[in-house]
Amino acid sequence: MDGILALAAANLGSPIILSFALGLAASLARSELTVPEAVAKGMSIYLLFAIGFKGGAAVAANGLDAALIGALLAGAVLSFAIPFVAFGLLRVMTKLSTLDAAAVAAHYGSISIVTFVAATSVLNSQGIASEGYMVAVAAVMEAPAIVAALFLVSRTTGGSGRMDAELWREILLNGSIVLLVGSFAIGWITGEDGLAQISSFIISPFQGVLCLFLLDMGLVAGRGLRQARGVMTAPVFMFGLLMPLLGGSFGLVTGLLLGLSTGGVVLMTTLAASASYIAVPAAMRVALPEANPSIYLTLSLGVTFPFNLTLGIPIYVAVASALTGG
Amino acid sequence: METHKAKRVAIIIEAPMERRLSDALISAGVTGFSILPVLGGSGRSGKWSREGQVSRAGGMVQVVCIIRPERLDALLDAAFKVVENHIGVVTIGDCEVLRAERF
Repeated sequence: MDGILALAAANLGSPIILSFALGLAASLARSELTVPEAVAKGMSIYLLFAIGFKGGAAVAANGLDAALIGALLAGAVLSFAIPFVAFGLLRVMTKLSTLDAAAVAAHYGSISIVTFVAATSVLNSQGIASEGYMVAVAAVMEAPAIVAALFLVSRTTGGSGRMDAELWREILLNGSIVLLVGSFAIGWITGEDGLAQISSFIISPFQGVLCLFLLDMGLVAGRGLRQARGVMTAPVFMFGLLMPLLGGSFGLVTGLLLGLSTGGVVLMTTLAASASYIAVPAAMRVALPEANPSIYLTLSLGVTFPFNLTLGIPIYVAVASALTGG
Repeated sequence: METHKAKRVAIIIEAPMERRLSDALISAGVTGFSILPVLGGSGRSGKWSREGQVSRAGGMVQVVCIIRPERLDALLDAAFKVVENHIGVVTIGDCEVLRAERF
């Protein structure tokens, strides 16, 4: 317990968390501080490229092992299974409609790449190593949750989401996945030499860009919270805090069963605990347009993301370290 | 200067539906339209803004078409199939253009 508290305290005082807190506070106080959309997208491209490249270079340096296939399969299964748990919990805890519950559930089966980036940042600051291929696991976990949510809708309402070939293309080739997998491949192909060539660009400025990006995330999260008071009932809010712990526990067990390193278990836990706010919301607008976007966007970005960033990741690190002896 | 009567259709729709709408318009023979970003607004789901957003999910775009009056029904039929269940607004107005052969 002391370990968790010490890690949480250190995490809460880190520049990235304080930047997020600044954005959140500024937004809640109705400050005029904003980050232009193009700048936010530019930073997101930078972070995805950097994290993918570094993951690929790490795989090139350490080599592939059989655990990669297992981790990819386990990630896909987790992403598909977690929405069923989330959906059941929502139906028990809240009065959300079936469509809204299914749309929210899809977000919790998929992943937040920024939470993943923040977790890798915490691992680096703690000197905890992780498997480079976890970046690829993150990419694999984006889509299966969407299929699970549409299956839930068809089973519970008799209706069906609008899943067509075009939507499949958009989900599987969305910009985040293409950039993450593409930069991972470049990092893998070019290895340590490639990393050395661009390290001054993707390693040194990384923490600073992450701070600015989280400042923006804080602003967006605060704005979402301010504007969603009507839909954010206490049970729905509680779900946003409980579900990451529940999903994270599935990720934790999976990581342990796969025999991942301490850092790998932390990242698998974080992926399972996080909720998407980039790929899945866009897919839900196409596939389940009747679902209320205010609910799932606010839950994902305004409740679960801050929870994971401030308290969740330190908990996952402490528990994984205790269980792996790391 | 001589002007010609035309119809101006403005469709505000969720950004993830942009490609579907433009494909439907092209399939219906409407090859001329402009797509404009919408910075923010307010509706039944509350206020929203594009500032700082990374995902397209929370954004809207406006598709503007100027067409001959006799082609309006075909355009609306094609557009309605796409926008029917989605957040957005479809407005139709009268306007005048200088070069009728272009529409």
